[in-house]
Amino acid sequence: MENTLQAVPQNWYLVLSTLLFCIGIMGVLFRRNAIIILMCIELMLNSVNLLLVSFSAYSGNSDGQVFVFFIMVVAAAEVAVGLALMMSIYRNAASTDINVLNKLKW
Amino acid sequence: MSLYLFLTLAILTIISALAVVFSKNPMYSVLWLIVCFFTIAGHYVLLNAQFLAIVHLIVYAGAIMVLFLFVVMLLNLNADTEPHKSNLSKIASAIAAGLFFVVLIASIRATALGEFNLPNKTNIGFVEEVGKKLFTDFLLPFEISSVLFLSAMIGSVLLAKKEKK
Repeated sequence: MENTLQAVPQNWYLVLSTLLFCIGIMGVLFRRNAIIILMCIELMLNSVNLLLVSFSAYSGNSDGQVFVFFIMVVAAAEVAVGLALMMSIYRNAASTDINVLNKLKW
Repeated sequence: MSLYLFLTLAILTIISALAVVFSKNPMYSVLWLIVCFFTIAGHYVLLNAQFLAIVHLIVYAGAIMVLFLFVVMLLNLNADTEPHKSNLSKIASAIAAGLFFVVLIASIRATALGEFNLPNKTNIGFVEEVGKKLFTDFLLPFEISSVLFLSAMIGSVLLAKKEKK
């Protein structure tokens, strides 16, 4: 099998990760369930990871892959805390609808 | 050959990401997100990041998505309990995301990206290379991230614990 780096232009990876990022943004604006909003944030983080890996592959330097490592660490910590928050919110409000949580709204 | 592989994976990624946003049942959203993560791991393999692909599968599909599934099942969320926005704000959100996409693509087109000389070594994604980088150049962030994990662990246990009345 020939090399992917020669067969696929790097711009295509740029467009793919931009599209994934925008789908994540649309999900955050589109849904009202807080858990799905968290999942869309994961989608956006992953599009950035894909972009970093593609730049690292096309420049032949593995620094970008180490950055992706740290993004994964932060994402895992974020999800753990976020889901714990969601559990305690559900216990108090009996719902994960973000419109219930509008006390801080101006 | 690898061009078709890339196109297939890219289309699958986009479709599963859209399915995450549009499925009515939160459970299906979680399952589609797992499909999306698998296709992204496929992209990593195509980009010579084999170790990262495995770590991605273990961390995302193995740990994070299980956590999501567990919470969705624990809270007993399904299509009936799913809150819905009005059609107007749905259309507005789709238009806003589309406009943002257009702006990003325009800025990418306007940017003069340097031409890369394609590297001839393909082992940048192996454990050896990434591990060397991680334990020499990035040793301090690596150690600090363990503290971050510890604080996240303590924080989530404290947050999810039942308060005493």
